[in-house]
Amino acid sequence: MNVLEGLYYTTEHEWLKVEGETAYVGITDFAQHALGDVAYIELPEVGETFAAGEVFGVIESVKAASDLCMPVSGTVTERNAATEEDPSLINRDAFENHLIAITLQDAGEIDRLMDAATYRALIAEEGGA
Amino acid sequence: MNTNYDKLIFEISSDEKQGYALPPLDVGRSSDVDAIPAHLLRSDAPVLPQVSEPEAVRHFTCLSQKNYGVDGGFYPLGSCTMKYNPKIDEDVAALPAFAGLHPYLPQNAAQGALQLMYELDQMLSEITGMAKFSLQPAAGAHGELTGLMIFKAYHAGRGDEKRKKIIVPDSSHGTNPASAAEAGFEVVQIASAADGTVDLDALAAALDDTTAGLMLTNPNTLGLFETNILRISEMVHGAGGLLYYDGANMNAIMGAARPGDMGFDVIHLNMHKTFATPHGGGGPGAGPIGVARKLVGFLPRPTVRKDPDGYRLDAGDGQSIGRVKGFYGNFGVLVRAYCYIKTMGAEGLREASRVAVLNANYLKESLKGQYKLPYDRVCMHEFVFDGLAGGDPQVRTLDVAKRLIDLGYHPPTTYFPLIVPNALMIEPTETESLATLDDFVGAMTRIADEASGDPAVLSAAPHNTPVRRVDELKAARTPVLKWQAKE
Repeated sequence: MNVLEGLYYTTEHEWLKVEGETAYVGITDFAQHALGDVAYIELPEVGETFAAGEVFGVIESVKAASDLCMPVSGTVTERNAATEEDPSLINRDAFENHLIAITLQDAGEIDRLMDAATYRALIAEEGGA
Repeated sequence: MNTNYDKLIFEISSDEKQGYALPPLDVGRSSDVDAIPAHLLRSDAPVLPQVSEPEAVRHFTCLSQKNYGVDGGFYPLGSCTMKYNPKIDEDVAALPAFAGLHPYLPQNAAQGALQLMYELDQMLSEITGMAKFSLQPAAGAHGELTGLMIFKAYHAGRGDEKRKKIIVPDSSHGTNPASAAEAGFEVVQIASAADGTVDLDALAAALDDTTAGLMLTNPNTLGLFETNILRISEMVHGAGGLLYYDGANMNAIMGAARPGDMGFDVIHLNMHKTFATPHGGGGPGAGPIGVARKLVGFLPRPTVRKDPDGYRLDAGDGQSIGRVKGFYGNFGVLVRAYCYIKTMGAEGLREASRVAVLNANYLKESLKGQYKLPYDRVCMHEFVFDGLAGGDPQVRTLDVAKRLIDLGYHPPTTYFPLIVPNALMIEPTETESLATLDDFVGAMTRIADEASGDPAVLSAAPHNTPVRRVDELKAARTPVLKWQAKE
């Protein structure tokens, strides 16, 4: 199972990639693997603001529907509509295809997320490594 | 059989054929027709299929023969309790004195029906240890919603308006969080402990003065009995919350343990699971709810009470959350459940649960070498494998399920509960013989062997069905929901 260095991870299997004030949010390779073929993705509108942990969208596969949770607080600046059009992008490369971009509200929140090594240990424990 | 009849009836239709010749119109044009605005009248004849009578009969006969039901074979669909439904229940429900009843009959002319409802309430209360039942909810999930409305009314009645949260374990049935959300609650999910049961620490952390209650099945969705249930009940009640019992797994414990004694405040029963009423087909269903003594006033009304001069509908004392269904619930379903309980008797129901548990453990022990068993302990009426123990790693749970269709079985529940990634959830029920169970073990063993020796036969399964492996992703993304006439 692929885990990229330099990203931040949540226990709900989202990743966060920080580039200055902006951050990108997606789901991990482990998550797409667990979900199986993704059938639907529902993303928020640009301009919507969410607190850390809040549900910002929904991802649905042939097996299950899951909430998408914000790794940190922020305002949506971009929704990657391509993933809504073709959800199989997530199955092909979950790290290459982010879901939304946000402006960070509180950079300090990033410290609460996991780094790659910690996340790798978590998914090993959940039976995914 | 001619595969032509596999097609839609529209696809075997042709304009050269005619199944019925309508006589010429021999009445005058009604003035009512002139009253209909012209734009609402159709100008073209409707597109109806043109087939002969034998073709229509063969088409529908062919369809009916594709149906797979428990009357046709073994159906170990976990969590669904696909037991055989005795035909006497159908005979009794079809008696004209039941089937022909009009719901607006005066009460003194429907005493038998009222007696049946009263006694069913009593029997369900005795089986579950609850104080009283309402028979109105039309299905299990409807019962859940009704039960949660009672939670709400109870807290509101005490002037406690801040209880907005319903806690569910991550192994719960999907309807639990869905019903809670539908009832206007916020859903808090807690992770299960390593042994698959409720994690008491996680529960303690989730409980506070905003907790309206906890929803639980016992045995849980992994088929494991929640041995800490009394402690759980203490914790939830200590925090001021209520305890909801999802009756989906009641078939495991009849005559052995009662939700009411465990401390549950509200329970729904799925009559089609435990009490042998018809499954699926779009209903009608029945999901009666029972409540503890302190909640009886909130039950949907009317219920039935027994007076010295007969049975009467009882509107309650004004505390009721109101009706949740027209009339008195799906009465015909209640008749079947009543008949089932009466024909089984107390000892029969106890025996049913015992054999359901025995059958599940027999299958689990017979197959656990070949299939991965994540929670290896005595199970109740069902258990969950986590895919194959060996064989080609490319072979997935889905392949096992599809191959079982070739071998003449309805597959078990797959990929549920979600906490077991490759879940195969097997529930044989009490109505299967040892010979049937052994045949099924044979089929599962054959599939495990094929996973090592001939995995291609699994990835291409099913081979013997009218439609081969369906594209589930395409079906979810671009479903074709109706036949469209060609222009």
